[in-house]
Amino acid sequence: MTVEIADLVIVGSGPTGMAAACEARSLGLSVLMLDEQAAVGGQIYRGIEVASLPRTNILGDDYAAGRELAANFRVSGATHLGGAVVWNLSSDGTVDYVINGKSRKVTGRFVLIATGAMERPFPIDGWTLPGVMGAGAAQILLKSAGAIPTGSVVLAGCGPLLYLLAWQYFRAGIEIRAFVDTTSPSAYLRATRHIGGALRGWRDLVKGLKLRTALRQSGAAWYTGCSNFSVQGNGRAEGLAFSHRGCAVRIPASLVLLHQGVVPNTQLSWSIGAAHRWSPEQLCWEPVTDAWGRIGEAVIYVAGDSRAIVGARASAIQGRLTALEIGKQLGVASDIERRLAVLQRELRQHLHIRSFLDVLYRPLDEFRIPGRDDVIVCRCEEVTAGQIREYVELGCLGPNQTKAFGRCGMGLCQGRFCGLTVTEIISSARGVGPADIGYYRVRPPIKPVLLSELME
Amino acid sequence: MTTNALFSIPESSGHDMVTIAFEGRNLTVPAGISVAAALLSNGVSDFRSSVVGQAPRAPYCMMGACFECLVEINEFPARQSCLISVQDGMRVRRQLGASAINIKDEL
Ligand code: FES
Repeated sequence: MTVEIADLVIVGSGPTGMAAACEARSLGLSVLMLDEQAAVGGQIYRGIEVASLPRTNILGDDYAAGRELAANFRVSGATHLGGAVVWNLSSDGTVDYVINGKSRKVTGRFVLIATGAMERPFPIDGWTLPGVMGAGAAQILLKSAGAIPTGSVVLAGCGPLLYLLAWQYFRAGIEIRAFVDTTSPSAYLRATRHIGGALRGWRDLVKGLKLRTALRQSGAAWYTGCSNFSVQGNGRAEGLAFSHRGCAVRIPASLVLLHQGVVPNTQLSWSIGAAHRWSPEQLCWEPVTDAWGRIGEAVIYVAGDSRAIVGARASAIQGRLTALEIGKQLGVASDIERRLAVLQRELRQHLHIRSFLDVLYRPLDEFRIPGRDDVIVCRCEEVTAGQIREYVELGCLGPNQTKAFGRCGMGLCQGRFCGLTVTEIISSARGVGPADIGYYRVRPPIKPVLLSELME
Repeated sequence: MTTNALFSIPESSGHDMVTIAFEGRNLTVPAGISVAAALLSNGVSDFRSSVVGQAPRAPYCMMGACFECLVEINEFPARQSCLISVQDGMRVRRQLGASAINIKDEL
């Protein structure tokens, strides 16, 4: 098996990866980018190079901003391998990936994990029914294929992405049957304590307010402060039931789009045995790194949303910062302190609004820790919240031990869609903080590999 | 089960089109889209059956994380259809029950 070598191997082609590649190339480093998707953009700029003008207009300015980055990346001289599924990363910088049905190896003198974010799981009754998907998933369908809902659609949950999708559907002329918002009046109150930061990031605040105004004017039924979700249907979604101001409401829908924020995609950083900390603000795990994103003493860095949720623009800046820092390690960067300082100032601008958003759109406890025992938590192996609580009663202390009781977290998704929930269920059942409960031990391969793919 | 499509792709005119076969039914779809997008916009409402309860499942994340979109492509089992682009002549089937793939046993 031939092993290639590059100064910098980047996993992921979203804003972090593309910006890091451009910066690293400007320093003269050789760059290889690996990405599961065929084309660059990550999820936030999915389809950015091929989206038609009308589609780009529907998606809005923040999406269109990705074009320039993608174009700069294309002329940067970095090598891009699309359809490359990374299944193993070693702390010495060796990366194993499958492309065109064959496994390949590349060694990076440095490796940047830029795998971005994924939607936070939304474990409620009926969330495994066909016709229920993430709002982000529906947005990916719009970006990558121009696909729009045909039947009755309900958007439910909270967070900037949910509002953005509603606005994009409105612009595409799609009628939303109902917008079921879990943000409560008390969340607004709590968030006002962080208004200072939000005002310093006023551009983001104004953008958010404009979105909400446009939605109000769209005339879609908008329920706020909702709770107690249940997707109803036999073999497929037929409607969403919820509580609103003490009343039970049921909205018929063939498509239920759920969303309650995004969390770092940490599968790779876990798989190399990196330490992770529990973020009580963002309610998720974040890899422990130095200020530049370096994991321990390894040659591996992580930047952007896969380090901690910061959004697309801040991710791109972090990507650049990390590339500069790596350039410094390799002794190639000149004038580097000044460039770092400029970028860091820029980064701070984009982070002002974060704590405001974290508080306002904090996912409700009941949607992270299902109270009903029959709610499926592990979608792959169909393990319920009640079963996990039973394991705890029998002495199960943490996520890894659930595997001794059943197959929770052992399916093909390897805990990506149940890990956070399992940690928090055990945490609340035992009365011990999530940081002390821990997470699954993630081992390579982090994606299934066929024997035929391993053969020369 | 195929029913009314959950999604449609209105701007497909003017695109290059390719034809794939889903369980023997020919679907003509825009080139470059994912297999998952092609099926969802052609009335395929379940992609696989779950391993334990044989319940119908369909794509949840569209970004390679949930493994709910698994199908058989050109006789290869357990392919993530949200990550794979349509190719002319592709043969796609539902992934029924447990696939031959076990992430732990395979290596
Ligand atoms: S839809 Fe989640 S992996 Fe394909």
